[in-house]
Amino acid sequence: MTQRLQLHTRALSRRSFLITVCATGIAVAFGGLLQDASGASMAPAVEGGYRPNAWLTIAADGTLTIMSPASEMGQGIMTTLPLLIAEDMDADWHKVRVVQAPSDAEKYGNPGFYGVQLTGGSESTRGYYGMLRLVGAQTRKIILASAADMLNVPVSELTTVPNRVVHARSGRSLDYGEVAAVGTLPDPLPQATDADLKPSDQWRYIGKLTIPRVDIPSKVDGTAIFGIDVQLPDMLYGAVLRAPVQGEQPETINDTEARTVPGITHIVPLPYGVGIIGETVEATRQAKDLLDVTWTTSSRIRNYNSDRLLEAYRSVGRDLAQTGVSAATEADAQAAISKAATVIEVDYMSDHVHHATMEPMNATALVMGDTVEVWAPTQGPTGTQGFAAEVAGTTPDKVKVNTTLLGGGFGRKAEADFIIDAVSLAKAVQGRPVKVIWSREDDVRHGKYRPLEAQHVQVGLDADGNIVGWRHRIVADSIFARTMPQLFESEGGHDSVVTEGAHFNYAVPAHQIEYIRQDNGLDIGFWFAVGVGYTRFGIECVIDEIATAKGVDPVALRLELLKDQPRARKVVETVAQMAEWDRQRDGRALGVAYSDAFGSHCAEIAEVSLDRETGEIRVHTVWCAVDPGIAVQPRNIEALMITGITGGASHALFEQINIVDGEVQESNFDTYRVMRMSEAPDIQVTVIPTPENPIGGIGQVGLPPIGPAIANAVARLTGGVRLRHYPFLPERVLKALNA
Amino acid sequence: MTAFTINGRAVDLAAAPDTPLLWVIREHLKLTGTKFGCGIAQCGACTVHVDGEPTRSCVTLLQDVAGMEVTTIEGLSQDASHPLQQAWIAEQVPQCGYCQSGQIMQAAALLKSNPNPTRDQIVEYMDGNICRCGTYVRIISAIQRAAREA
Repeated sequence: MTQRLQLHTRALSRRSFLITVCATGIAVAFGGLLQDASGASMAPAVEGGYRPNAWLTIAADGTLTIMSPASEMGQGIMTTLPLLIAEDMDADWHKVRVVQAPSDAEKYGNPGFYGVQLTGGSESTRGYYGMLRLVGAQTRKIILASAADMLNVPVSELTTVPNRVVHARSGRSLDYGEVAAVGTLPDPLPQATDADLKPSDQWRYIGKLTIPRVDIPSKVDGTAIFGIDVQLPDMLYGAVLRAPVQGEQPETINDTEARTVPGITHIVPLPYGVGIIGETVEATRQAKDLLDVTWTTSSRIRNYNSDRLLEAYRSVGRDLAQTGVSAATEADAQAAISKAATVIEVDYMSDHVHHATMEPMNATALVMGDTVEVWAPTQGPTGTQGFAAEVAGTTPDKVKVNTTLLGGGFGRKAEADFIIDAVSLAKAVQGRPVKVIWSREDDVRHGKYRPLEAQHVQVGLDADGNIVGWRHRIVADSIFARTMPQLFESEGGHDSVVTEGAHFNYAVPAHQIEYIRQDNGLDIGFWFAVGVGYTRFGIECVIDEIATAKGVDPVALRLELLKDQPRARKVVETVAQMAEWDRQRDGRALGVAYSDAFGSHCAEIAEVSLDRETGEIRVHTVWCAVDPGIAVQPRNIEALMITGITGGASHALFEQINIVDGEVQESNFDTYRVMRMSEAPDIQVTVIPTPENPIGGIGQVGLPPIGPAIANAVARLTGGVRLRHYPFLPERVLKALNA
Repeated sequence: MTAFTINGRAVDLAAAPDTPLLWVIREHLKLTGTKFGCGIAQCGACTVHVDGEPTRSCVTLLQDVAGMEVTTIEGLSQDASHPLQQAWIAEQVPQCGYCQSGQIMQAAALLKSNPNPTRDQIVEYMDGNICRCGTYVRIISAIQRAAREA
């Protein structure tokens, strides 16, 4: 927290408000040039001389080119962030062109997220919000000062309407383009404070349902440019044959046959595999299949068997003698539980799951001496600079990263393995760009899966069924130990992203959360909602188990546990009304769950049925109510809830990575099952903006409640059969039914 | 050399006849709107029309389309004016957008053979196209809108 506060302070220093000669942003797509009457579009930067700050350029025709600093991976951020600047500078949204900002953390880093360009954690809108609104307000003041000079009137007599400065007294006005064409920037630049921000009742764009996303036109006509679409002059293609088990290296490489494939130019041994470079993508794929490689057999990952490990994790969770690190402690839960009238003691577990972004891993790199240029669908341009520099033997400032659109991210594209591939191969050819494209099989087998984890939950109830103590033991490997070792160490070996979500806002008198780290060496990563995706599974199912023990309604129990929290109660009450919670369904049942993770309140109800012969669960309809505080783009928030609910239901029902002796068993969509249209529920979302509250995160908010809502519905449908292991595969459901 | 027509343009390519059509379209002809998703006809991201039929280009070889007419998302309309493209914008369907070219091409084939599909018919026809962002509910709405407004 201290670190984040420091970064925040630094970012809000004057640097953002000084004139800087900004690099022209790269254009990530050429679509959206169709003049769409509905609003701003995505386009190449427009050249212009009037640059009030690093965030925008104003052209003589009044076109405003605004930088979008975060990675667009489907969450609509290319619209959300520029919209914040547009609001307070009183821009005409139709005149706005959005371009992707270059890799430059000094200028474009997220002040709320380590000060770097890294899109994740549902932190982009939350982190940039305050700063970008101030950028907009300051820009308006600069324009006003320039206009005052041009009109030779006091600045205090000027006001603005969208894209126009108005001097009411003389009836004169100037378009922002006219100011840009003729005006000079004031020296010194006026500064903006919170007092200069537009009050919420004057917002034109924030919170409006009518603002469409700027990236969408390019996504319906094939013009959107994702990483895999990058085309450069003289470009070569690359493929990498990866070691079948993490940590192994090539021992012998027989490339005789592979080299006979027409167009193959280089075979490059790598520490983790063998790279192939060629003139066509099909040549590299063919040659990859013809490589004959033997691998070392010394990796500890060969001992990794996910089934067995999960059982072992479960045992660790139940063995209270095994202590880990404390994640949070509020009063003595253990003592309270030991004196409780009733103790509920249960295990919840989840298997590894894979991101399976529709766009497989890929990147393009060009290495020339000590300079590197990368084109990639990356969530982390700043990290990419560091990793690319390391591979190329240069420094991060010599690495330029062009962030393309991302065909899905979900945390996978915060990693650097695909970047390292491209830079390694480009280094071997020097002077020609190399585009590396992974096969889907490699994408699935070499993922950075969500941790395998077991949770042991103990809840003590008094004679009236009131909760007296809650103990939550989370057993899993660490993500931060690999990805952010300094942070992991500074937090005393507590991985706060693995235990994320275990801390809740229900009123319990004693609460203890422990993290018992397991170290089995597999690279695990950030998967959509990370820890919250499973901690809330355990918590929300246990809440229902308590309701059953107490003989009360699960919605009523939640409202009771949230009695001093009006926002939380409101989403629970709203979703109950939407679903007609009290209405009995023939052959179907409802289940509810709630989450306050990521700074937003979200409640969901799932309506399910169950085939008792096959064990297959069907989710028919999901209702969702969400309060994100300020809702910058309500219609997009609805879309993100749909994504979270569908993805969450998919992983709760189907998704599973099995690892046997270190080898991943799944390889493509035929073996790694994700939700299809015929399995997807109908989804109804109500967004409840409360603009008087701080802005909440939104990208991952829809996911955590859906799994427990499904499990709770199944329990209500079956007279109490509990599903406690993600995913709810038919055989697991049958086993639970027959237990 | 293999000759065929793509988006109304005659082409004659020297690529090996067993090259997957997907890579011919994307990397030889630089029409990158058609996407690589799985390579085994499991996800539908690479869907194009071959002589009007929705076809998974990742498992179709160049030689398979000799003399035929291939249409990609770039050729569906000149100016994104196809009713499905307009409906996709109106319903704000895409999120990451990567699968959407394939979704639209699959849906265009549906509406051509069945201009007024029921919801069940839409779901059955579209079930081979995966959307990892889960935009299915909006895809259904957009197809219904396009059918209504076409």
